[in-house]
Amino acid sequence: MIEQAVPVLAASELRPAAAEIFLLAAACVVLLAGAFLPERRRDQTFLLTMLALAGATWVSSLVAVPERTVVLYGQFVADPLATLLKLFAYGTAAVTLLYSRDYLRRRGLLRGEYCVLVLCAVLGIQVIASAGSLLSLYLGIEILSLSLYALVAFDRDNGVAAEVAMKYFVLGAIASGTLLYGISIVYGVTGSFDLGVLAELVRGEAAGGIGLVLGLALIVVAVAFKFGAVPFHMWVPDVYHGAPTPVTLFIGSAPKLASFALAIRVLAEGLGGAVAAWQDMLIVLAVLSLAAGNVIAVAQTNIKRMLAYSTIAHVGFILLGILAGTVAGYKAALFYTLTYVILAVGAFGVVLLLTRQGFEAEELDDYRGLNQKSPWFAFVMLLLMFGMAGVPPVVGFWAKLQVIRAVLDVGFVWLAAFAVLMSVIGAFYYLRVVRNMYFEEPADREPLQAGAAFRLVLSLNGLAVLALGLFPGALLAVCARALG
Amino acid sequence: MLITILFWVYAAVLVGAATGVILARNPVHAVLLLVLCFVTAAALWLLLEAEFLAVVLVLVYVGAVMVLFLFVVMMLDVNVEELRRGFVRNAPLAALVAVIVALELGYALWVRRLGVELPGTKAPLPAGHSNTAEIGTVLYTDYVWPFQLAAVVLLIAIVAAIALTLRHRPGVRQQDVGRQVAVRPAARVRLVRMRSEHEP
Repeated sequence: MIEQAVPVLAASELRPAAAEIFLLAAACVVLLAGAFLPERRRDQTFLLTMLALAGATWVSSLVAVPERTVVLYGQFVADPLATLLKLFAYGTAAVTLLYSRDYLRRRGLLRGEYCVLVLCAVLGIQVIASAGSLLSLYLGIEILSLSLYALVAFDRDNGVAAEVAMKYFVLGAIASGTLLYGISIVYGVTGSFDLGVLAELVRGEAAGGIGLVLGLALIVVAVAFKFGAVPFHMWVPDVYHGAPTPVTLFIGSAPKLASFALAIRVLAEGLGGAVAAWQDMLIVLAVLSLAAGNVIAVAQTNIKRMLAYSTIAHVGFILLGILAGTVAGYKAALFYTLTYVILAVGAFGVVLLLTRQGFEAEELDDYRGLNQKSPWFAFVMLLLMFGMAGVPPVVGFWAKLQVIRAVLDVGFVWLAAFAVLMSVIGAFYYLRVVRNMYFEEPADREPLQAGAAFRLVLSLNGLAVLALGLFPGALLAVCARALG
Repeated sequence: MLITILFWVYAAVLVGAATGVILARNPVHAVLLLVLCFVTAAALWLLLEAEFLAVVLVLVYVGAVMVLFLFVVMMLDVNVEELRRGFVRNAPLAALVAVIVALELGYALWVRRLGVELPGTKAPLPAGHSNTAEIGTVLYTDYVWPFQLAAVVLLIAIVAAIALTLRHRPGVRQQDVGRQVAVRPAARVRLVRMRSEHEP
């Protein structure tokens, strides 16, 4: 007989993870509803999904903690940063689903499984945002990635989507393998998975050990892949281009929050002592991403591909903020990530706004004369493009300014100058979209077909970009509190 | 002494079988060699007093996963020639990358020293020690969160596989067991009353 005290999992240990548990249960309910509701009432899974996201928002704000709390034997961290990222992820997922609804319904893709996979992807983001150890971090990444692979391939009659899903899956598997190599080497050297313990162990002399740097390099490769930073960016343009537009919208927005959380949890918190080692690696990634993203985007004629390369350029900026290695840098990177997500959701939202039965507004030429068709949404797109380019007074300007200021504070003047130069190149292709909308004749006179809810939320999305640009203080304060 | 000999025998078989897996030309042979790998690895675990893991390895991997693998390999009818095409063209580049990675790893591992302390030999555990109970305790305490998340990963894999492959086609002939059970004789056999023919 084994006689030992049986450990009991206290309810207080589970409370901070209530939002994750709720969302998983909700995903299971949606799954069952999708399977058992009669065919004509399947649309209700969409409503249930929205309710699930609203419920998760409520639960998350209910269990929010003012300061860092570690539960579940070090595997789960609840802190203001995690709460902020989770709330943002729910909002992003809800808005992307709302934008996608008409597109999916018209093409017969609005099935229960689509909603379940989106909910699972959000669960993965939650897990990454709250990861307390390398193990739960890895599992969160797998939950997120598996859901995304399946979403990309979701439209099975679409050969291109199946092809890019395969590419994404194979490359993603290699990145996961690299991450596991890195984690196992770090574990071998330090003897711990726990990010809190690692932060204690990796200090001073120990931080320069070659074994640790080897593991760190492999982990940075995986982080770069998940971000889509050059030279690990090859999947980004293909996946953005080939996936159904609603999936591109989702992949382009919410998972960036997870990538940011991944970088902060591993590099800044767990291996913060080895900042000298990863700073150089991130500099290479950031410089290459800024250059390749902005220059190659100029040559694109497909707007989804163009936005993919623009994502790569924005990732370069986020990495700049992180590589500063200071709290100000992390705050700037967080602010940049949040504003980028708002901008990307809006920009792909406009792409979805223009699509209709049998017509995908994917080419840059499809945006010609949008001003004559709908002056209001041309203006919204103008705001979004200005935001991405970083033209004041729209919010993107503040994001870029914060990052460049953080980089200057740690003395990388050349890096800041390079980032500004690349932004100027980047402004060209954003302004080309604006020129197409305002100074060209429309190719057709088809009216926009979007519903009232879509129009309302997209308008709010565009106005948010302007409002945050005029009054960035609120969001900056939120970021400062999250990383306080 | 006996344990040391057994260890070296199993270790040699394991390394040999693993090399065979990647060198075998016939995929079926590769799968069978992989089975050998798992069995010897299980034996090594037994030597390390990890009885539960050894049994699970044989039951789950050899018993279930590898059998499935074998089915898949046999059903897919992999054309080895097809796979080997382009080997000569890509080999120099691949070799170059492999050599660079090997040199880098060698530099890191041997020249600069990893700084890892290898644990010494441990005293054998007392009789009656249950590592099943130990694993269970750890799984449901220290690792309860990752354990549950791993289950979620499996759930997503199932949902994704079904969502991507299940297709309702009209006109497919299917059995409906409920209707088969509920059938009445009258629906299957019709008794027709006929006037008997008179022999002339």
